[in-house]
Formats: sequence, structure tokens, C-alpha cells
Amino acid sequence: MADDISAQIKAEQEKRAEDSATQREDTRVSLAGSGGYDQDIYGSGGKHDGYLTSLPMDDEEEEDPLAQKINQKKLATYTAPKEAYAHLQSVEDDVDPFAGRIESHRIADREDDYHKRRTNRVLSPSRQDPFAQDKGEAGSEARSYAEVMREAELEREQQKVMQKIAEKKKEAQKTTGQDAPPPPTPSGRKRRWDVATPVVAPAGTSAWNEPDDHVAAPTNRWEETPKAEVRKRNRWDETPVASSTTSWDATPRASGVTETPTAKRSRWDETPVAPSGMFGATPMGAGLGMVTPNLAVPMTPEAMNAQRWEHEIDMRNRPLTDEDLDAIFPTAGYVILKQPASYQPIRTPGRKLTATPTPYAGNGFMMQDENLKQNYGFAPSELEVPGGGNLPFFKQEDMQHFGKLLDEKDESAMSAEDIKERKIMRLLLKIKNGTPPMRKAALRTITDKARDFGAGPLFNQILPLLMSPTLEDQERHLLVKVIDRILYKLDDLVRPFVHKILVVIEPLLIDEDYYARVEGREIISNLSKAAGLATMIATMRPDIDHADEYVRNTTARAFSVVASALGIPALLPFLKAVCNSKKSWQARHTGIKIVQQIAILLGCAILPHLKNLVDAIAKGLEDEQQKVRTITSLAIAALAEAAHPYGIESFDSVLQPLWSGIKKHRGKGLAAFLKAIGYIIPLMDAEYANYYTKEVMPILIREFQSPDEEMKKIVLKVVKQCAGTDGVTPQYIKDEILPEFFKNFWVRRMALDRRNYKQLVETTVELAQKVGVTEIVSRIVDDLKDESEPYRKMVMETIEKVVSQLGAADVDGRLEEVLIDGILYAFQEQTVEDIVMLNGFGTVVNALGFRSKAYLPQITSTILWRLNNKSAKVRQQAADLISRIAVVMKTCGEEKLMGHLGLVLFEYLGEEYPEVLGSILGALKAIVNVIGMSSMTPPIKDLLPRLTPILKNRHEKVQENNIDLVGRIADRGAEFVSAREWMRVCFELLDMLKAHKKGIRRAAVNTFGYIAKAIGPQDVLATLLNNLKVQERQNRVCTTVAIAIVAETCAPFTVLPALMNEYRVPELNVQNGVLKSLAWVFEYIGEMGKDYIYAVTPLLEDALMDRDLVHRQTACTTVKHMSLGVVGLGCEDALLHLLNYVWPNIFETSPHVINAVMDAIEGLSVALGPGTIIQYVVQGLFHPARKVREIYWKIYNNMYIGAQDGVIPYYPAIENDAVNSFERSELYYIV
Amino acid sequence: MDRSNLNSQLEHLQSKYVGTGHADTSKYEWGVNQARDSYASYIGHYPMLSYFALAENESIARVKFNITEKMLQPCGPPPERRD
Repeated sequence: MADDISAQIKAEQEKRAEDSATQREDTRVSLAGSGGYDQDIYGSGGKHDGYLTSLPMDDEEEEDPLAQKINQKKLATYTAPKEAYAHLQSVEDDVDPFAGRIESHRIADREDDYHKRRTNRVLSPSRQDPFAQDKGEAGSEARSYAEVMREAELEREQQKVMQKIAEKKKEAQKTTGQDAPPPPTPSGRKRRWDVATPVVAPAGTSAWNEPDDHVAAPTNRWEETPKAEVRKRNRWDETPVASSTTSWDATPRASGVTETPTAKRSRWDETPVAPSGMFGATPMGAGLGMVTPNLAVPMTPEAMNAQRWEHEIDMRNRPLTDEDLDAIFPTAGYVILKQPASYQPIRTPGRKLTATPTPYAGNGFMMQDENLKQNYGFAPSELEVPGGGNLPFFKQEDMQHFGKLLDEKDESAMSAEDIKERKIMRLLLKIKNGTPPMRKAALRTITDKARDFGAGPLFNQILPLLMSPTLEDQERHLLVKVIDRILYKLDDLVRPFVHKILVVIEPLLIDEDYYARVEGREIISNLSKAAGLATMIATMRPDIDHADEYVRNTTARAFSVVASALGIPALLPFLKAVCNSKKSWQARHTGIKIVQQIAILLGCAILPHLKNLVDAIAKGLEDEQQKVRTITSLAIAALAEAAHPYGIESFDSVLQPLWSGIKKHRGKGLAAFLKAIGYIIPLMDAEYANYYTKEVMPILIREFQSPDEEMKKIVLKVVKQCAGTDGVTPQYIKDEILPEFFKNFWVRRMALDRRNYKQLVETTVELAQKVGVTEIVSRIVDDLKDESEPYRKMVMETIEKVVSQLGAADVDGRLEEVLIDGILYAFQEQTVEDIVMLNGFGTVVNALGFRSKAYLPQITSTILWRLNNKSAKVRQQAADLISRIAVVMKTCGEEKLMGHLGLVLFEYLGEEYPEVLGSILGALKAIVNVIGMSSMTPPIKDLLPRLTPILKNRHEKVQENNIDLVGRIADRGAEFVSAREWMRVCFELLDMLKAHKKGIRRAAVNTFGYIAKAIGPQDVLATLLNNLKVQERQNRVCTTVAIAIVAETCAPFTVLPALMNEYRVPELNVQNGVLKSLAWVFEYIGEMGKDYIYAVTPLLEDALMDRDLVHRQTACTTVKHMSLGVVGLGCEDALLHLLNYVWPNIFETSPHVINAVMDAIEGLSVALGPGTIIQYVVQGLFHPARKVREIYWKIYNNMYIGAQDGVIPYYPAIENDAVNSFERSELYYIV
Repeated sequence: MDRSNLNSQLEHLQSKYVGTGHADTSKYEWGVNQARDSYASYIGHYPMLSYFALAENESIARVKFNITEKMLQPCGPPPERRD
């Protein structure tokens, strides 16, 4: 076989020699011959050879393409192509190419249609609080539960009627034989397209007015009989895709609302509250206003502006009256004609509507507030709000809510209510726009005064702000925080506002941002704690069977949060009632969804109530509504998932219906039922699981072929679950599942969808756990040579996971050969270098271990070949592969091969791409680690000098790998390199101390220790002490750590004299550095410190008396570490002495200093015992000055917590008085 | 890290323990805490109990019982509240 392979290698190599197109020419290295060093590192020519001395600054200097090509060929460094420079030159300076691409921070701009539905909800009037003492508290318009329920009922009724109308229309269309698309699904006022108010044709320009035949027909479905003008009546009925394709195909997120509308812009993309949406385009605002008249529709400043303009235009375009005409025309020479008899003024209402826009529908005329400061196009960067201090910014949008603050009215003339309102407004503005300290102060004030302000005034201002269409993430976060804080304070006062708050907060629960969801949950949970269960249920009950699915969805989620806050048992009776509601299927659906959400939210916490929850929803499985059945099975799946692995007995009641369900249903319903079964089976004991798996499997296998993506995912999931249970035997899987499974799922198409891909890999790995590696791998190994790359990748990932979990022990010789062959093929054929391939390769070779010896020459030749590839990615991957298989090569005894590899890698150290260079260094490190310092080729004494200059490289990956390698050499093979070289390394290392990555800093610091050990601490220490003088703090801190490490590795006595001597340098930074180093030293050396305490005590005395705070702070830290190190080693005298120096610092106020002082005292109380400390503390516990008492009690408490028992004999004796006896007489016993 | 935060963290930690005090702790409160801590400690250290039993010429169980009883108002009735 070996012959066979070597012949194969030879053939391979010959083939490659012919096809050397992919190889680099200039830097190829022969294994045997002398290596060519990288020219531009070692500098064979002048430093500036190959560089242009200046960059061409304009277009004229364009060289001819041929010359360019020649230049490119010996490119010394990698820069942008000339064309790119030329392009940059031609672009104007102050054009921001990304201007149009910056993601908007506005929440409204990134929402999809579903999320936007939140804007359709309104802040309903406050509700009455049935628990309140006086009923009129929430205002006269507060509604009772009955009223709200009635209204909800009405709304549903309305929706039903709308649906009937739509159906009738459909019918009518059918009878006329016309196949116009169905009208948009009406769902009451909740949808934007189909508002029930008469629709007005837009006056402004929009996509609708573009000349096409739709617009030419002024008729619409509101006015005409189905017979007339059949062809053109489709304007409103048509699915809008036909009208303007470009805007429809565009991404759904609306372009910024403030932008001036461009020609392409379709008003369908806009939120209804956006300016053009409100006036003219879709009369949503009007619709809203009509439904709930007492709602003031929030208007953005843009909206107001638009309204003003529109008003002005209308004034100018109004029909001319007779007086006007008289004024215009000369009085003589003109006759007023009578209108012809045949003239008919327009009477049809539809045309009238389309003819004149009614821009003020619902809003009425609005007087411009004269006192309102207008920013005429200026955006003031900083604004003085009276009494509010300087705000960093004040946006135009803020004017709408906070404009009042700027009117400079005299507050003394106002009523108490107004003053309160302004006060709240000012605080909110500060919270929204202020600097962090302002924000903090304002937040505290608003929290403290929440009850004085009252719930009404607060929420009436906060909630509209949260509904604003221009709201941004940060603002929402802040306002939500405000609500959270004031909820605590307001407690039961919030009851009338619960619904309003829910309307605003519920959308957070389905936000795409995780933190928004968490925030929303927190608020709702606090809200339910403040308002109580009864109020929450009464408030949310009407929304449970709301007409809009969006409302029901968010309500269900909110309810699950309530359940988690107040406990499931409290909510159970209600849930049972809702899930069995006879009134509407929506209510049942929502109820069951609540259970599902509870399971998802609470996880295993549902276990105590599992039986009840399952029973509550069990009936849903046989509901007549398909949707209810589906959500029930999903809820059961969620419950089973949360309960895993317990609670199978709770599911007894649903097993039967589920069982008959999977036999009855098809399609989506079946998918949900299968999912439920799939999650229940893992809970069963082995016997049952086996039985049920066998029962369900035929259906699963039937559904293997389903083209439905959702079904595929669920089937895969269920197969995974079933295969994971104990009862299912490997033999069964082999015989029944595997053939069909591989036939249907292991196809190329599955690799294309990310989620399918993942699920398939997971399921296959799970199957492999049962049936073993060989069974699975042998089936897919041939696909490693498939022509589709994504598919190969999927195969590779599966093999990697299977092999890494189960090992390669039962892979036989034949399979092993095919496997390596396939992997090599897949690895070489990748066009996109992928970590999956690399991992797979590494894992398989490592799993095979010694058995891969036969293939190593071939693998090595592949690596060598790829190391010289043109593409940087390929080279990087080859180097990475070396580091993965180095251990195996050693196991196989291929030291010689590794020596070769080391040599080659060494030659490539001139690599120009940092990523690749990093990998090459990593590979070298792996080889050095494995074969050891002495047998390394190239020898260490050649390798290290080559690494020193690379330490200058600023790239993180290069730095990390290089410092690891250097550190390794310093640790194990320092003797191979001269001391002078190590000093050079030391200097380079200093720069590494300020690296961003902690790993690099740590490696650098450790390397200092190794080097100091190798060449003695003196020189290294000198370097480090000098480095204490640098300005940069991080650099100094790392230097102190390095000094401490040197002290630790070379014994402290070699370092301390020089270090303490350095303290005499009259420079703050240096002295602090010395103190800090001492702190580290004593931390690291622990009890070795007992020999050095007396030596450093005078220095610490001095530091603890220094004027400089940091001196004392750092000295305190040192004392802490010192005292903790020498507990019980007989150094109490020195420590007591130091305590006397530490103690006067207890009144420091700077947080870091007082912290350090407290730590020092705590450390000392460990070392000296609580008896000593309490002697000090007793002096001040009852001091007349509160400030003194406070700090003394704090120290006492700290000491007390640490030594409650130990302090007992040391309490001072308190004399008995007339009433009380404080004496603890037991302690006086003497026998 | 700001000042109030740091202090409040420490104070929060301390306030979890019953026996800790603060600037307004009275002599009576402190005395009671001391006494209870002491009694708890005696009960926890058996040699102490046996030593006291020897000194008092009582059985160990009796000493233990007495001490436990004394935990309630160890220093007598609390002083009159002066508001």
C-alpha cells in the first residue's frame, strides 16, 4: 500500500509541476537547496526600490497600462490599486460616500410591517380603578371594564361586517366573471390599506400619480356598480405590486421619514403617521381621530410644517370668488356669461372626493402658537432651556413635545397644575437629551417626586413620547427606564394607566433587539406587581379576542410575563376559562398561546403546574379551528421541551388526541402535531419511547418527501428527538430510518438553506450517536467529492462532528482510505477557504492518530504545495493545518517531515499578509512545542533572531502568536540564544505591554519572567525600571506587573534592592510604580513575604505619610497583600506598626483610596486578629460626630462580618445600669 | 465606579448581617447584639459550655438551656422610646 501511495504522490507531484499556474514564482523554496530570503525584509537593494517616491496626485500622470503591469509584478507591498486612488482624487472632498447608508437609529425605520402595526394601537382613555378609594381620580373620561368590553365587542362586530362586505364583493365579482384579485383583507381600522373612511386621492406627487391607466380612471369601487368600466375599476382592488414595481421591490424599511420625498418613493412604504401619510396620501390620522375622538394624534414637527404649507397652497389655489374676479378684471368691456343649460356640476361623491383634497379631515384648523420658538431651518446645537441648564442637543422633533418650555412665560403667574406639568417636562427633556450627570439627577428627582406629581401627569407626558414616530433606541431605553423607576414609587396609583402603558410596552416584547425584549419583560413584570393580578386581567381581557392578530400576539406575551411575575397558580383559573372560551376561537387561541409563551419564558419552572397547564389546553387539540389546533400542539411541544426530562405523566391526557391527530391531519397541522409528539417522546421511558417511535416513524418517513420547508425542519427535529431516546434500538434506525433518511435529506439542495443545513447536521450527528461512526460516515464519505461545494462543506461538518464525538476507532482500513482521500479532495477543491474544512481535516487526522502515518507524506506535500499558493487565504489555511496536525505527526514519528515543515515555514517568515504570518508563526509554535527545542530545525539560535523584528508588527494575530512562540523559547530553550539577543527581545517586548488584547499583555509579562530567569534579573530589571518613567498609564501598570513577575521568578532579594532604590527618584510616576510593583510582588510571593516585610516597612511608612493620595492608596494595597501573605508567621509587630500608619487614612473620601484603606484594614484584621482592630474601632463607635461614627461603624461591620466568633472575647465590658444588664458574666468564671 | 455606588454596595452587603451596626446604633442595641453573639458562640463551642457547667455546678444541658433562654432580651427590657 505504501508503494501505491508513494506512486500516487509522485504522479500527483508531476501533475502539479505541469500545472504551476496557482503557484507563486518568486518566493518558491526548495526543500533541499538554500532558501531564498525575503528580499524586502532583508534588504538586498535600496530601501526605496520598487516604491514610487510620491503618489501621483492627478489624472495626467496615468502611466500606460503595460508599465503598470510590470510594476505590479514586483509589488513590494500591498496597497490599493492606482485606479482606486484616481477615483478618490476625482471625488470631491467633502462628500461622504456613506451618507446614504448610515443605519438610522430610529426605531420606526427598521421595523417591518408586522412590527409597525404597533402604531395602529391607540392610547385608550384611562380605566377606572375598582380598588380606588375615590372613583373620580383618573378623570371623568375614565372608562369601566364594562364599557371597554362593550367597545371591543363593537369592534369585532364591525370587523365581521367588513368581512361580510368583502365576501359579498368577491361574490359579485365572481358573478360578473371578472378575475380581479381579491380585495385586501379587511380587518377593521387596524390595517392601513383598507381604512373604512372614504379614500382621498393624493394631491401631492406620489407614485400613484404617475401616468398609467389606473389613475386615468377616476372611478373606484366605492361609487360604481360592478358592470360599469370593468377594466379600469381595479385601482383599489388590485394588489399594488402591479402599479410601481421598483418601489415595491425595494426593501420594506421606510426611508427616513424626514427626507423629502423623491420621485421613486411610494407612500405605501411610509408609516401612517408620517407627514405625507397623514395629509393627502392615506387619511389614517383622520381615521384614528374618528375612532377615538379624545385622542390627540401626536404630530411631528414635519407634520405640522407640511400642514402649514398645505394650508398656504390651498389658500392660494382656492376657487376665485366674484369679488376676486371683479378686482382682477377691468370693469369695462367684459360681460358675465350665464352657464350653459347643459352644465351639470359634479355630484357623484366619489369624484368629489377625488377632486378636492380635504387635508384637515379630523384635525381642524390649528392656530400657530405665537410663543413657540421656531427654528427656521437651524438646528441649534445647544439650547438653553429655562431652568433646565445646557442641553447637549435639542432636536427639531423635540419641539413638538417640549416646545412649551421655550415660551418664556412667567411661571409665577401659572396654576399649580401647569407648573407641575412644566416641571415634569423639563425633567423628561433632561433625561432624554441631557448629559449623563444631568440625566442621572433628573431621573432621581422624577423618581423621588413621582407620587407628588401623580400618575396622570407623568404618564400623559411619557407615553406620547414613547409613541412618537421619531423615537430612537436610546430614547426609548431611557424613557422605559423612567417608567420602570416611577412604577415602584407609584405602586397602585398606576392602575388607571395600565392599559396605556401596555400599549406602549407590549411592542417591546417582540422587538428584534434582545435587550429591548428584556426591558419590556421587566416593565410588565413590575407593572403587574404594582397593579395587581385583578387589574392586569381586567385590563388585558378585552385584548385577548381583539380583532387584530398583532394585538393578540403581544397580549399573549404580556400575559406570560404577568404569569412569571405573579406566579402561574394565580393565573391558572383565568387561563382555564380563556382556553375553553365558547365565545370566540380567537380567545381560545390567545389563551393557548399564553401557555406556550409561559413555557418558553419560564422553562423548567413550569413543572409544578405542568398537569394543570396541559389540562387547560388539552381540549384545543380537537378544536374545530385549524389555527387553534396548531397552536395547541405548539404549546404542548413548548411545555414538553421546558419540562424535559420530567413530567411525562402530565401529558397522558393529550397523547391520545395527538396520536389520532397525526393520522387525521395533513400539511401545516400535521407538522405542529408531529412537533408535539417529537418533544414528548424524549420524556417517555425506554419501552414507551420505542413503541411510539415505531408508531410515528411511518408517518415521519412519509413526510421525508414533503416539499414544505417547515415540515422538513420539524421532521428532522423529531427524528433527532426520537433517535436520542433510550428505547430506540440502533438496529431499528439502521433498518427503517437510515435508507429513507439519506435518500431524502442528503441531497445538495439541503445545503443551500442555512437552517436546513444546521438541522440536518444535528440530526445526522444524533443518529450517529446511536448507530456508530462507520454507518453514517460510509454513507456520506463519497459525497466529499461531490461537485457542489456547499454540499461538500455540509458533509465535512457532519463528519467532523461525528468523529470528534465518537472517535475513529471503528473506522476500518478501507473507509479510512476513502475518508482521507475525500477530505484531501474537498480540502484542495475549496474555492472559499472555510474553517469547516480545516476543522474537519484536523479532527479526522487527530482522531485517526497513529493510523494516519501512511497518509502524512501526501498530506504534507499538499500543505507544502498550498503554502506557496498565490492566494493568501490558501497559505493561511495550510499553515493553520500544520498547527492542527503537529501532534499527530509526532505520534507517527515523522520528526523528519516536521523538520522539513519547520524549515519551510521559517523561509516564509517574510510573509506580507499579517493574517498568514500569524498562522505561520502559530504553525512554527506547534512544531516547536512538539519536537522540542534541541531537535528543532531551523535551530533556535537562527529562529529567534528572525522573530525579534517581527515583534514590531502591530497586527494582533501576529503579535499573539509571535509572543507565544518567543515566550515558549524563553521558557524552554533560552540557553540556545545569546543574552544580548534576549535583551533585544526585552526592548521589543516593552511595546507589547500596551497591546489591546489581554492575552498579548499577559504573554509579554510572562516572557519577561522567563528571560530574567535565563539571563539574570539585573539587565531586565534595569530596562523595566526605566520604563516606569513613561507617560502612558497602561504601559506603566504592565511594567509593574512584569517587575513583580521577575521578582517572583528570580526570588525577591534580587529585585527588591534595585526597586527600593528606585523609590528615591523624585518623580510621582516612578514612586507609584515602585509601590505598585511591591503590591504585586507581595501578592505573588505570598508567605515568602515574611522575610521581606522588615525590609520594606520604612518605605511603606514613608508612602503612607505622603501627601499624594495615590501613594497612600498603593501603599495600602501593598499592606493588604503583605498582611494576607504572612498570617500566622509572626510578623505582627511590623504589621501593627503599619496599621498605625494606615489608620489615619480612614477618613479619606476618594473612592479608590478609601477602598484601598478598607482593604488594608481588612487584611490586617485577618493577620492581627479582630481583637486588635476592635481596640482601634471602639474609640470612635460612639463619637459625637456622625461622620466619625459612620466610618467607624463601617470598619466595625467589616471586621464583624469577617470574625463574628473571634471578636467575642474582645468586646469591651459594658457596665450594667439601672434597667439593663450588659455584663457577660460567664467570661469572668475562673475555676 | 462612582462614590455613592461603591459605598452603597458595601453597606448593602453589611446590612445583610443582623449584628452589624450603623451611626445611630444605640448602646442597648449593640449590647444586645454582643450578648446574643456571645451566647451563640458559647453554644457553638462545646468546651466553653462544659467549662461554664463546671463553674456553675450545673449539667451541660441545663447551661445550654439557660443560655438559650437568655437570648430573648439578654440585657433586659429595651429602653423607653423617645420620639
